[in-house]
Amino acid sequence: MAVTEKDVFDIARLARLAIDPAEARLYASRLSRVLDLAGQLASVDTDELAPMAHPLDDAVQRLRDDAVTESDQRDSFQTQAPAVERGLYLVPRVVE
Amino acid sequence: MTDLHSMTLHAMRDLLDRGECSSVELLDALQQRIDARAAEINCFVSVCGERARAQAQAADDARAKGEAGPLSGLPIAHKDLFCTRDHNTTCGSRMLENFAPPYDATVVEKLDRAGAVTVAKANMDEFAMGSSNENSYFGAVKNPWDLTRVPGGSSGGSAAAVAAQFVPVATATDTGGSIRQPAALCGVTGIKPTYGRVSRFGMVAFASSLDQGGVIARDAADCALVLEHMAGFDPRDSTSVDRPVDAYSASLAGDATRPLAGLRIGVPEEYFGEGLDTAVADAVMAAVDTLEALGAERVAVSLPHLPLALPSYYVVAPAEASSNLSRFDGVRYGYRCADPSDLDDLYTRSRAEGFGDEVKRRIMVGTYALSAGYFDAYYVKAQKVRRLIANDFHAAWEQCDLILGPVSPTTAFAIGEKSDDPVAMYLNDIYTLSANLAGVPGLSMPCGFAEGLPIGAQLLGPHFSESMLLKTAHHFQLHTAWHLERPAAFA
Repeated sequence: MAVTEKDVFDIARLARLAIDPAEARLYASRLSRVLDLAGQLASVDTDELAPMAHPLDDAVQRLRDDAVTESDQRDSFQTQAPAVERGLYLVPRVVE
Repeated sequence: MTDLHSMTLHAMRDLLDRGECSSVELLDALQQRIDARAAEINCFVSVCGERARAQAQAADDARAKGEAGPLSGLPIAHKDLFCTRDHNTTCGSRMLENFAPPYDATVVEKLDRAGAVTVAKANMDEFAMGSSNENSYFGAVKNPWDLTRVPGGSSGGSAAAVAAQFVPVATATDTGGSIRQPAALCGVTGIKPTYGRVSRFGMVAFASSLDQGGVIARDAADCALVLEHMAGFDPRDSTSVDRPVDAYSASLAGDATRPLAGLRIGVPEEYFGEGLDTAVADAVMAAVDTLEALGAERVAVSLPHLPLALPSYYVVAPAEASSNLSRFDGVRYGYRCADPSDLDDLYTRSRAEGFGDEVKRRIMVGTYALSAGYFDAYYVKAQKVRRLIANDFHAAWEQCDLILGPVSPTTAFAIGEKSDDPVAMYLNDIYTLSANLAGVPGLSMPCGFAEGLPIGAQLLGPHFSESMLLKTAHHFQLHTAWHLERPAAFA
């Protein structure tokens, strides 16, 4: 299927990716190629099949006791943050 | 001491055990070679100077006290998506260029505990997305057999580093072929274990239902040695499988003349159809002949849904990637754009500037496949087709013990040759994707050359059959010499 430049802007908006019109044109053609490939899936009858989300057939999500297992490592995590102040992560003003 | 760099991990271990060389001397020899020549193929993003030296010294001290671990003092490189505490872990991306994780990945922790010395972090396609290692923010990796060609990807740095003899082994990961394909294109041996066998904790996520860590080495015996200390249950990874790890090294042993007696090798017709280079097909078929001579029996099998692995994978993997990579928001860690005007600008520009083209393309494909109105037609449909592919394997295991086929349709292609067309690039993965979709283990081993470039054969087995894959490859390697060939420029 053909992806339009408008589609690209819509998808980029959902994915929180800034793009300019020149990029949108390029992405439109390349995403069309990939979605054409994905279109091959429509050719198979899968009505009787359950979707497979996990590659090991009998896998179940393991649960653990509801107990604290991690210690506070805020200081070490915040060494990796682009901007922090008094233990808080800084972002541009959200509420005017 | 000469030629330390050309030894296998086993040979290095014997040398250390005999006291003919110390861990520090071994490290120094490799580091000198890396300093002098690794830039020629750009296989590393960083080297671990002080950290490595401290580990080597500790290994020597432990050995002196009679407390050496199973991998004490043995050098290894980690693909640069395994978190190494306080040492940059870039994932081949500008987004994580300056990310120094506050913790170690479980794989790193386990290998450290076994005594291994982390020499360097290996270059890779950005976020493990690629089949040529051209997508790294830190530049393309070159194939040591021919510097104008790609090493394969996404673990291209790991495979090239082992092939060029900068390290004897390297960790790697495989989401759609990223261990097996570069191993094949660089003439080395690589194993992608069963999904859930090796912990994903601290391994930067690409597609969480497909990602699996493994090893690239010069032979199957070295893969076995490292894998048995890498694998195992990890409560910190919710998909880690709680099941004992086989003694991979011990299970390599076999009868000298017919070590593979009774082994049924399935050869699927779909792996030898249109698009497969003739020289590759011939070399892979010759590998089947060799295995037959060792006692194995050839069986014709069919994996009829193989062609659908490509569209299924290229919906499922991007969908999971778009979800996983939403964590990169320019707030808690990673790249942040300059002077954001508001929160939305911070998110969208940090991501646009921090991610490369292929990553953005896959995020957008995944976002599209998961969006309202398309979810059933793409994502759910791809998951149903995934079941067809897994069912093909289940049916095949009724007839054979393992499957043999090519890893990649061609030998290494030229840098730049396929970078303009994503689908042409994706076709490189046609033979490797289905193993990830079905979660089965796969191994790539050298089986020939075409015009001076290595060819790989792929072994696939049922879940948790790593021992059988390693044993088969090991006996193949005891009777062939393809894995002993080295690129002349890096002999």
